Amino acid sequence: MRKKKIDLTCICCPLGCPISVTLEQETVTSVTGNTCPRGDAYARKEVTNPTRIVTTTVRVEGGIAPMVNVKTASDIPKNKIFDCMAALRGITVTAPVHIGDMILQNAAGTGVHIVAAKEVAAKE
Amino acid sequence: MQNYDLIIIGGGPAGLAAAIAAKDAGIDSILILERDRELGGILNQCIHNGFGLHTFREELTGPEYAARFITQVLERQIEYRQNTMVLSVASKKVVAMNRKDGLFELHAKAIILAMGCRERPRGALDIPGYRPAGIFSAGTAQRLVNMEGYMPGREVVILGSGDIGLIMARRMTLEGAKVKVVAELMPYSGGLKRNIVQCLEDFDIPLKLSHTVIDIEGKERVEAVTIAKVGSDLRPIAGTGERYTCDTLLLSCGLIPENELSKQAGVVLNPVTSGPIVGDNFETSVDGIFACGNVLHVHDLVDYVSKEAEAAGKAAAHYIQHGTSKAVRTIPIVPTNGIRYTVPAFVRPTEMEDTLTVRFRVDAVYKNCSVVTYFDDTMIHRKKRTIMAPGEMEQIAFKKELLQQHGKIQEIKLCIEQDSDLSDTGKGGSHA
Repeated sequence: MRKKKIDLTCICCPLGCPISVTLEQETVTSVTGNTCPRGDAYARKEVTNPTRIVTTTVRVEGGIAPMVNVKTASDIPKNKIFDCMAALRGITVTAPVHIGDMILQNAAGTGVHIVAAKEVAAKE
Repeated sequence: MQNYDLIIIGGGPAGLAAAIAAKDAGIDSILILERDRELGGILNQCIHNGFGLHTFREELTGPEYAARFITQVLERQIEYRQNTMVLSVASKKVVAMNRKDGLFELHAKAIILAMGCRERPRGALDIPGYRPAGIFSAGTAQRLVNMEGYMPGREVVILGSGDIGLIMARRMTLEGAKVKVVAELMPYSGGLKRNIVQCLEDFDIPLKLSHTVIDIEGKERVEAVTIAKVGSDLRPIAGTGERYTCDTLLLSCGLIPENELSKQAGVVLNPVTSGPIVGDNFETSVDGIFACGNVLHVHDLVDYVSKEAEAAGKAAAHYIQHGTSKAVRTIPIVPTNGIRYTVPAFVRPTEMEDTLTVRFRVDAVYKNCSVVTYFDDTMIHRKKRTIMAPGEMEQIAFKKELLQQHGKIQEIKLCIEQDSDLSDTGKGGSHA
């Protein structure tokens, strides 16, 4: 049996628990060091299928601000971050923009939508 | 001259939460003064997620977190003026100006200072070298990229591993820049561990601890930056310089509470925090002037700012309704052995709320320690901590009953003690 120990810092919250994960033939056999169940879930995911929320901005036309920040509605695979950024390049939205407005459907084939994360009122 | 019960200076997370709490405590005449074009303060440029885990049990972006509070301010019809610069503050009086109203004077029964903090600029860091374009504080770059839509540069070196620097390392990378290195003077990072993982390690950006910038080249625009290793005296070691070609240097070297107005008003500041000295009700040394949020002491999490500001708003409302009795007994809270400061700095056992939260920071990385509370020489409480770092705020809470049971004590002492059963590294010895 090939045992592998991976040390991680949990990113679920600012506590940043030091977590040790033991893998036996690509299967997680133990998770230690976490203080909450989210840490356990994060560690298992991080060593098998790491994901991140992507936050960035797109341009706004006719708004009180020139940019609006947007985010993936849920986490996406870590290796899709740059594809996601590329898919958003050149997108411009028109004010008013509301939190939760759809910016881009199924970003970079992840099945995850990109939504607005700020209110931008139209310029008077 | 217009009159208000409460004027709040700053419409960021602290000002918003304070306004909501004061309104809910029965104060109707409130005015928030904000110098930016919109409410929300620094949250508007913090587009990354992770805000509000404590308060809302969700991972929000900065603007989403701000929106939750802005909505509550609007629902309560609390008055605010944007694009308004406050010029001076005195007990009961505020002078401000904006393009619509010109220069105006306001009168208030109470004032809450919620101006937040500023980044330490290059001038305060004594970095040698030329002074070309391309040197930004990390927060300025953050505003340019996230709010104004400009890229400050393409090849970047970052000095300082504060959270804003780490966040900007990722942000610039996502926008196509090459972040070559993050150099940190101290042997530990000033930022949250989670940010080192998801902002640097995710993108293979090297973090060099115990390093600093020793030269900046370029006359018109930054052309190269040299970083060198520093010794335990924090001075560069000769011959360790490494030159990085780049067009941009970002500085993320600490935050300083913005207290120009407070000083003008005669508010006494703590030299350790650079923020006002306050008691358990967040009132400063000047009658009727309160303070909360980053103007009081720099926080790591906005959730704590909101909590603190809520308490300050409530306390200001109490002051407006009942005044404060100045003749009551106060007990100082004294930080010792590893604890840099506490907020509040003293407590009034007869006047305090049922629970008092004392917030503080430590001066080094401590492992397997306890935060120990003494009432005079009697140990009252030990709180075990596996790890504490200067970058993260700590807190403990006291019950009013406990203080009343020990009515005669002269001081409350807070210190860090090594837990003897786990003989690890001794005081601050480990550089995690």
